Amino acid sequence: MTDTATDSWTVAGQTFTSRLIVGTGKYKDFAQNAAAVEASGAEIVTVAVRRVNISDPSQPVLMDYIDPKKITYLPNTAGCFTAEDAIRTLRLAREAGGWELVKLEVLGEARTLYPNMVETIRACEVLANEGFKPMVYCTDDPIAAQQLEQAGAVAIMPLGAPIGSGLGIQNQVTIRLIVEGAKVPVLVDAGVGTASDAAVAMELGCDGVLMNTAIAEAKDPVRMARAMKLAVEAGRDAYLAGRMGRRKYADPSSPLAGLI
Amino acid sequence: MTATLSLTVNGDPLRTAAATIAALVRELGLNPAKVAVEHNGAIAPRSTLEGVALADGDQLEIVHFVGGG
Repeated sequence: MTDTATDSWTVAGQTFTSRLIVGTGKYKDFAQNAAAVEASGAEIVTVAVRRVNISDPSQPVLMDYIDPKKITYLPNTAGCFTAEDAIRTLRLAREAGGWELVKLEVLGEARTLYPNMVETIRACEVLANEGFKPMVYCTDDPIAAQQLEQAGAVAIMPLGAPIGSGLGIQNQVTIRLIVEGAKVPVLVDAGVGTASDAAVAMELGCDGVLMNTAIAEAKDPVRMARAMKLAVEAGRDAYLAGRMGRRKYADPSSPLAGLI
Repeated sequence: MTATLSLTVNGDPLRTAAATIAALVRELGLNPAKVAVEHNGAIAPRSTLEGVALADGDQLEIVHFVGGG
């Protein structure tokens, strides 16, 4: 059996043991957020870049609760609808934290938050040329995934379903095709609603799963964070173990010989 | 006497006597180590914040990390 302690994955030269990346949005407060991150076992959290509140600078900030020295901050470009906006945001993020590993997402429209792949690929090229290591939110399109890799993406992160929808992995075939074709890590990003969805992503051979709302909007976010940790581990183990073949009909588990 | 400058900070007008970006950030009650600053459309590297002089009409964006997915 593969020792889970040795099962790690590497993105842009950085090695992680946890295959679960969690968001830091939509929580009741920073304390609950920090407790959920702890329970999830995540080593990477996504964060957004926004204007500081000049009128009330004494408000608590994320960094007071989740220590960027212990947990890797993955700055995102959520809310960006053009390549230029995303690039500008990540240049600021690099200055705010000094990190090159970033999450690029360029959205096409507010209703679906579906990625605009033309803008995404363009931004990915520019960022990679500036030394960034973009992990890229994208459509579940195996060809777009290849194009992203050529554009310098260090990880391909197709959606399982629309952001915040919790609908689960809608197209297992395309996710599997992306996994099979990629030379960089593949993580399902968006669409996970409950633990079984995360397990499905891992059973398809994904290197990890990124989620936010499924944990933050659970009735008990800390418990759901733990459920997601276990689901990702279970799915990974199931993938490594190799599932049995599917049969069309029954096959008894007890011997037929020696029946009384 | 210190001159008072008219700036635009995060989209809003602001008058300040601060001479440098770092001084402005501290005047606003913020820690320069926890923010990133865009000065007239270009990144102001953190290592230079103490040295960059502000001028009347400057446009600044001061950002930090918040929760997000």
